[in-house]
Amino acid sequence: MNRWDKFTETFFNAKVMEKYLPDILSGMVVTIELALLIVVTGLAAGLALALLRALAIRPLNWLIIFIVDLFRSLPPLVVIVLIYFGLPYAGPAPSGFVSTWLSLAFVLMAFSEEIFWAGITSIPKGQWEASRSTGLSFSQTLFNVVLPQAFRLTIPPLTNRTIAITKGTALGTVVAVTEILGQASSAMSNSYNPSPLMMGAAAYIVLFFPVVVAARWIESKFAWKR
Amino acid sequence: MIQTFFNLDIMMAAWPIVLSGLKNTILLSLIVVPLGLLGGLILALLASIKHPLVRWPLMAWVDFFRAFPPLVLLILLFAGLPFAGLELGGFACVAIAFFLNTGSYYGEIFRAGIESVPNGQVEAARSTGLSRLQAMRYVVLPQAVRNVLPDLLSNTLEVVKLTSLGSVVAVPELLYEARQAQSITYNPTPIVMAAVIYFLILWPLVRLLSRLENRALAGRR
Repeated sequence: MNRWDKFTETFFNAKVMEKYLPDILSGMVVTIELALLIVVTGLAAGLALALLRALAIRPLNWLIIFIVDLFRSLPPLVVIVLIYFGLPYAGPAPSGFVSTWLSLAFVLMAFSEEIFWAGITSIPKGQWEASRSTGLSFSQTLFNVVLPQAFRLTIPPLTNRTIAITKGTALGTVVAVTEILGQASSAMSNSYNPSPLMMGAAAYIVLFFPVVVAARWIESKFAWKR
Repeated sequence: MIQTFFNLDIMMAAWPIVLSGLKNTILLSLIVVPLGLLGGLILALLASIKHPLVRWPLMAWVDFFRAFPPLVLLILLFAGLPFAGLELGGFACVAIAFFLNTGSYYGEIFRAGIESVPNGQVEAARSTGLSRLQAMRYVVLPQAVRNVLPDLLSNTLEVVKLTSLGSVVAVPELLYEARQAQSITYNPTPIVMAAVIYFLILWPLVRLLSRLENRALAGRR
């Protein structure tokens, strides 16, 4: 057996791959579920916070800014570990899946609030005044005048950040979530062969590469021509 | 509640462990940030060669590492390479993974910066007799870096936060040491300590960034 055969035999072992393919696929399902949950709840919470902040209630805004800063400065893995290993001491013991979901949703909430808020504040005051003076209410102004313009501005930074945070689902493996990396690692230790890990890596590329390419396209489409 | 999460006795006991973790986190950051910057600069300089044979593979390279979760890359190096007879320590794996991953992000940022400098400047610099490299070094790069400084800072923040992944491959950084202390004391206080330390160190940077970003986005209209 020459070196190349030995290499493929080790890293791309067909037998091992066939055996563990179902595990990797089920891992992909978990990763997708987790990612969708994080994106939907994180972005919704971020937008909600940004809208609350637009009400300009001082103490509330300080609280929002603090929460946002907190989750922007804590590493996601630290938040996951804190929830998964820390919370049980106080009572509720969330599963690894819930811990990962909550943590990354909080992180995405923080980052997206910041981006949404920057988008809202980028709309000149004159537009607010103009629409209020035409008889639109505060919420009508917000939803019909400000947000449509703000969204356009926020899309490129938002897509980038969302992808970066969604990739963090791999962190779930540290708290025993059976997503792709978790499945691949346990398959690797069961078979004592790195092929499952290679499959896991391929699975991530299959899932995320199209998203990154799409993001590149979105970025150029929504870029502000100077 | 306070007894559980902010236990003073345990804080005192865990402090030396957590402190040594903090030192390693700082050390690790001081190694991986310049490494990532270097990788990014190389990628961006290569990207300034407009030849399609350079441009497309480069774009694929960058997109590949943008799509690949850093933890997967790290595990691949740490647990996969030994099968090929190459056993690197956790520290070396972190360094390589970060060089590849964060280098791609830094590369994109540098590239955007270089492209933000008008072409006329390069032409002017070249016509005064500067070589291509000199024009890049003395004319384009200083302006490019200034133009994308908020993005560079923001990515650096992410890189420092990412060093916590080292805990997965037993690099004794802040999170790892806090976990160790937690399992010895059977109390979550050390993890809370680690979180507070991360927050205190990185908060000023986050504040600064949120100002810069707000200004940048508002100025783009």
